[in-house]
Amino acid sequence: MSAPLPVAVVDYGAGNLVSIEQALVHVGARPWRARRPEHLAGAAAIVVPGVGAAGPAMRRLERSGLVDPIRRWIADGRPYLGICLGLQLLFEASDEDGSTTLGVLSGRSRRLAGAPTLPHIGWNQVVRRRRHRLFDGIAADADLYFVHSYAGRPEPAAEDAILAETEHGETFVSAVALASLFGVQFHPERSGVDGLRLLANFVALAGGRRAD
Amino acid sequence: MLRRRVIPCLDVDRGRVVKGTRFVDLVDAGDPPELAARYAAEGADELVFLDIGASPEGRATLLDIVERTARRAFIPLTVGGGVRSVPEMRAVLRAGADKVSLNTAAVADPGLVTRCARSFGSQAVVVAIDARRRPAELPSGEGWEVVVRGGREPTGRAAVAWAVEAVERGAGELLVTSIDRDGTRSGYDVALLRAISSRVSVPVIASGGAAGPNDFVAAVREGGADAVLAASIFHRRTYSIAQVKAAMAAAGLSIRAA
Repeated sequence: MSAPLPVAVVDYGAGNLVSIEQALVHVGARPWRARRPEHLAGAAAIVVPGVGAAGPAMRRLERSGLVDPIRRWIADGRPYLGICLGLQLLFEASDEDGSTTLGVLSGRSRRLAGAPTLPHIGWNQVVRRRRHRLFDGIAADADLYFVHSYAGRPEPAAEDAILAETEHGETFVSAVALASLFGVQFHPERSGVDGLRLLANFVALAGGRRAD
Repeated sequence: MLRRRVIPCLDVDRGRVVKGTRFVDLVDAGDPPELAARYAAEGADELVFLDIGASPEGRATLLDIVERTARRAFIPLTVGGGVRSVPEMRAVLRAGADKVSLNTAAVADPGLVTRCARSFGSQAVVVAIDARRRPAELPSGEGWEVVVRGGREPTGRAAVAWAVEAVERGAGELLVTSIDRDGTRSGYDVALLRAISSRVSVPVIASGGAAGPNDFVAAVREGGADAVLAASIFHRRTYSIAQVKAAMAAAGLSIRAA
């Protein structure tokens, strides 16, 4: 049994961090909250959770001085998992409030069009476009838990990053993977056994081993 | 395809889950985190805790329960009962809840919905509406009235109009309980659900009156509900979550297999 993976959970005052921390502990990681750049020291991976609008989230990240360290972290190819808003922030901008986001992936976050209900709340099928170790042990169309109204829409340049898609009114990108960069629109920490499995897979990938 | 959710509701009083018609015939049904973990394992799509005592002492106990549950049940958790302010909502979210349901306090102060939605996002704000059929229609021509304090106090306010206002103010979901049906095992008030679900775009959770699997199917099919909530039929083990989901699947509804 290897030592627990040290994981910094970026805390910018958005959302329920308790459940992501509990879930990371459950899969054998050692999480802590990073509110300032120096809190990233010693982490083998970072998790950026969050719900709500992109604009206020970016402003809080800016105020905490975390925007550049996160950009550098990703540019250095270090393990990143964005959850919900943490995935949307990877794109260039959000239509929700016109805010500029991290711009790691080309594309924008847009409101789900033609959705019968919004927010999109509940369990929905995550349909894999390709095989990836992030989804080891999880069915190819597993149900995972969503809570959002916006979703990132990659430009063709970022097509290769698309790992899975989900349908609610329209088909949207529900998971991306690009080397050590991962993002999921659903909430693995609230998606039962399959969600925990995905987090275990991320921790294993970040730690350079296989989940068991 | 988005699944229809089945949600067990745990009424909590002084740290224990109680069962029975809401507020009367309370029978101890166990330790909340224990029961929550069992329901999660049996395929519950979400959990709702309602603090029916909602006393100041009860609040600390409730936060402890939420925290212990969040460690064991990795599915969404909504907590309601007595939340009257943004700081109170923050405390419940910090303990590990994903959403907070506002009821009496929101009726008294509708701005609370707006403030909570601005602070935490609409997805974290559930507005719970307890409604009762009026013998005569309200002046607006609507047949249901909002009642508060666990159904004991009429407000004279039209339920559908309040539902629309709550959504405009930022509610991300509505938990609609028929006080007439609650605890009677005579089925959900499907007409009430339809009246509300046809007017709002956010998900509607049906509550009050579930007796058997057919009621869950009717709440979705005829009532337009996105999720169905029940307490006593699960606590009494009259039906399991799996049985309810099997009936919903047999009726052609999209559910998450346990």
